[in-house]
Amino acid sequence: MVQPIIQVDGISKRFGELTVLDNLSFDVRPGEKIALIGPSGSGKTTILRILMTLESISSGIIRVDGEPLFHMLRNDVLVPANERHLHKMRTKIGMVFQLFNLFPHKSVLDNVTLAPILTKGVARADAERNAMSLLEMVGMAEKAKAMPVQLSGGQKQRVAIARALALKPRIMLFDEVTSALDPELVEEVLNVMKKLARETDMTMLLVTHEMGFAHDFADRVLFFDRGRIVEEGPPKEIFNHPKQERTQGFLKKIIAAGHRV
Amino acid sequence: MIDWAGYLQLMLAGALLTVELTVVGAVVAFIMAMAAGLGRMSRFWAVRAIATSYIEFFRGTSIFVQLFWIYFVLPLLGVSISSFAAGVMALGLNVGAYGAEVVRGAFKSVGKEQHEAGIALNFTSWQRTRHIILPQAFVIMLPTFGNNAIELLKATSVVSLISLADLTFQAQVVRAQTGSTLVPFLGVLILYYAMALSISWAMRLLERRVTRGLDGVRT
Ligand SMILES: Nc1ncnc2c1ncn2[C@@H]1O[C@H](COP(=O)(O)OP(=O)(O)OP(=O)(O)O)[C@@H](O)[C@H]1O
Ligand SMILES: [Mg+2]
Repeated sequence: MVQPIIQVDGISKRFGELTVLDNLSFDVRPGEKIALIGPSGSGKTTILRILMTLESISSGIIRVDGEPLFHMLRNDVLVPANERHLHKMRTKIGMVFQLFNLFPHKSVLDNVTLAPILTKGVARADAERNAMSLLEMVGMAEKAKAMPVQLSGGQKQRVAIARALALKPRIMLFDEVTSALDPELVEEVLNVMKKLARETDMTMLLVTHEMGFAHDFADRVLFFDRGRIVEEGPPKEIFNHPKQERTQGFLKKIIAAGHRV
Repeated sequence: MIDWAGYLQLMLAGALLTVELTVVGAVVAFIMAMAAGLGRMSRFWAVRAIATSYIEFFRGTSIFVQLFWIYFVLPLLGVSISSFAAGVMALGLNVGAYGAEVVRGAFKSVGKEQHEAGIALNFTSWQRTRHIILPQAFVIMLPTFGNNAIELLKATSVVSLISLADLTFQAQVVRAQTGSTLVPFLGVLILYYAMALSISWAMRLLERRVTRGLDGVRT
């Protein structure tokens, strides 16, 4: 049996009094495509942000590639990770945000090349060659010289995907990457993601309210509610025969709101 | 018969010194503003404390007092510097303390999501500051820095108190020697105003350069 690439083991996350993730555990196999669904406030964004080390955890342990994410071993004791450890762990993980977060003062090409040049010491010419092939892949090669303000939301998001891919992470996190887009721009971004899922063996975790997309994209769906995973399974099972009442209720509401399943 | 050409030359020499004080003072002020502004946001307690003390001290005392200390008191403690260096230091340290707050405000106004994008791309904290936040913050600082530079220009006249022959000083000389008040003071007015205009104009040019293709960064 292969070692899971992500092991979330009994973690909790509290913001003050509020418990956002409640003794949460799950594993992800290398190359697996996972969709995280669930009602608003159930902790989906929080778990992705934790995996990206943008938030800390209150208790529990997360392993990535077998190594603790927020801890390191010192004299056989787990101690809180230092910046260097986090830096090393982040090389394995990339994230795409709901609001793109492109660097507005950098051209499209520079957005994609900046991190490889600065964090991996890649030569500019090589970084640019790689960036152009990624921009080609997301259909943005023609806009390489453009500034982010000149792009539509869908175009920005495709650049943001290329930017994250440029560091060649083994795990990619996507947090509702289409929910800030006008409806007619959603498709172009989803197509890029489908292509990624088909053509790479990257591990992908995706939070989405597009149930139809989750259905086609995911090997496994995790249904979150109140900081726990209430139900999980292959998309066919979760969407067609949900066992838990809360999953059924959630899906019913989503369908009533007009989303495709 | 008054030799106006000679006196005009005197005033222009004074104006040149004023320009020098302004330019060098502005460079010192810029460096101090950056250092102290970033220092106030440092992870390290001691760095924050030093930056805060500097800012509070130089904003809390007048530039006269600062100049006198640098020029008259420091020599008593064994540190003596030229009057030009004293003038530049007083101006730079004083205006830099105000600039530090501008730097800090501008950095704070760049959204948290830009930091987070930087973390997700595995930049170090310094790389985030240098390559992501600073270029965006700089655009926000510029207009206020323009105002600060003009404030600095106007403050340069304090150096006449330590007998530096700047524009204000020379105008007094001309007035004393010629008995005419209108001519030297009209000259002073025009020359200071021309310098202030040049600063505004240069800052606008710089602003246009750094904001090229950047509309929408500044909100
Ligand atoms: N920095 C924070 N401080 C305090 N509370 C927070 C913070 N971040 C998130 N929360 C709270 O944590 C809970 C879970 O938030 P999270 O963003 O993970 O939900 P979500 O499942 O992504 O919801 P949505 O579908 O609306 O995006 C919410 O109640 C939210 O208000
Ligand atoms: Mg969310």
